[in-house]
Amino acid sequence: MKCQKCDKPATFHITELTGGKPQELHLCEDHAREYLTQSNDEQSTVGSMAAVLAQQMAQQMAVGQTAEELAQLDQQVCPVCGISFYEFRSQGRLGCPFDYTCFKKQLEPLILNIHGETEHVGKRPSRGVSGSESRTQLIRLRREMKEAVAREDYERASELRDEIQRIQSASKD
Amino acid sequence: MKIDDLKLKSGEWLRGSGPESDIVISSRIRLARNLADYPFVSRASEADRDHIENTLHNCIPDLQEGKELLYIDMKTLAELDCQFLVERHLISREHAESTGARAVAIDGHERYSLMVNEEDHLRIQVMHSGLDLEGAWEQITGIDDLIEQKVTYAFHESLGYLTACPTNVGTGMRVSVMLHLPALVLTRQIEKVFRSLQKISLAVRGLYGEGSQSMGDFYQISNQITLGRTEADLVKQVADIVPVIIDYERQAREFLIKESHENLHDRVSRAYGILRTAQTISSEETMHLLSSVRMGVNLGLINDLEIPTINELFIQTQPAHLQKLSGTELDPTDRNIERARFLRRHLQKHTNGDEPEQN
Ligand SMILES: [Zn+2]
Ligand SMILES: [Zn+2]
Repeated sequence: MKCQKCDKPATFHITELTGGKPQELHLCEDHAREYLTQSNDEQSTVGSMAAVLAQQMAQQMAVGQTAEELAQLDQQVCPVCGISFYEFRSQGRLGCPFDYTCFKKQLEPLILNIHGETEHVGKRPSRGVSGSESRTQLIRLRREMKEAVAREDYERASELRDEIQRIQSASKD
Repeated sequence: MKIDDLKLKSGEWLRGSGPESDIVISSRIRLARNLADYPFVSRASEADRDHIENTLHNCIPDLQEGKELLYIDMKTLAELDCQFLVERHLISREHAESTGARAVAIDGHERYSLMVNEEDHLRIQVMHSGLDLEGAWEQITGIDDLIEQKVTYAFHESLGYLTACPTNVGTGMRVSVMLHLPALVLTRQIEKVFRSLQKISLAVRGLYGEGSQSMGDFYQISNQITLGRTEADLVKQVADIVPVIIDYERQAREFLIKESHENLHDRVSRAYGILRTAQTISSEETMHLLSSVRMGVNLGLINDLEIPTINELFIQTQPAHLQKLSGTELDPTDRNIERARFLRRHLQKHTNGDEPEQN
């Protein structure tokens, strides 16, 4: 039997027992090493998330959301980091913390599918959580400031700089 | 402390002590955290990555408590050194192979490491020897608290800690134990055990060799869900199942001792013999034979070898370790020769009789 990733003989036979049914992988020594030393949880979660996303699309179609509506959700863009939901779907990684807020409608069923829950009940930052969301807006403000400087709108740039400093000093105790 | 100082010793998690350490190699917990005011790593600019790296680097002095912490800038680290850290379980392969500003901080005892700019801005990992998930949790939450005093983490009122991938959101926590289960493999019961684990949403990863041959017989069990349960619950979920598996493995070992003592003793002795005399050996065969020898030591069939020595050999016979320890780059053929030489040297030393007792 040949390795699934190259022409060398497959000497490693890995059974991945994560998720649904066991998945068999046949790899040569080099590819097995590569596979097995990937950060232990990632290769399974990426695979299972792709499956959940596909399943969710099918479910949404089934409950009568039209392809058009789905395309619209896909094109939605995060105002903070600029990632589109489609980009997230194809890469499997979000762009910034605000994505959880602006893509709430799309992510909530996904999160429910993965975890079976939507409420965090564990540890919380000891100094409260209020500072976190306003600090995330710094990502947008810094980007806008850079753009203002680029188009030589220094008045706007200095407004933005003041706002950035205000948020930065507010969240430092 | 330098990276080369690591090669002469081994991580504390390999010392083969701690509860149930004949079967449980290590207990590991990792937390995924992100700074609130930067894009996640995959969307961060090079300048963002530099800022993230700087911010987190500044937290390091508070973690040291007088102990030495090795901080490694991975942007300029040689490939062999990256591979070396992967083999020691201190960084992930993705972290080794990615590009751009990124780093790892390693505690001198290798009980914890911090990866900066991996998939998330910060990945804290704690590794303890044997079955000690509670101890690992206590340590990691302490480290997390110290860092949190310095930075603002991305945290959502109802979703908890926000991560680049929604599979980690909430606690951002992955709890895992690495188990050595040679007797369950030998008695062909391992699949049955795993099927039952899947039903309770635990992930199991196993590695098999050709046919019934097993490869190292190491398995890792970890939680899949990170949201909607407390950290203590997630620890408990994994911690509760481990004694059950340990019990199965012990029963299988007893069965082998009772029902086929000669076969088992023969298998173990041959494995030991090959490892002590081979002139060229692949890492696959090495893992396979070391696994038998490890079980043989635990069952009292081999008396002149210590578990920590075997645990270390599993790591030291990997490609980057062999090359670091021998001080030269080696192609696969030369690695197999060097591996055999390394094994002969280390295993014969222990049977020399006139060698002073080590403690
Ligand atoms: Zn291959
Ligand atoms: Zn965003």
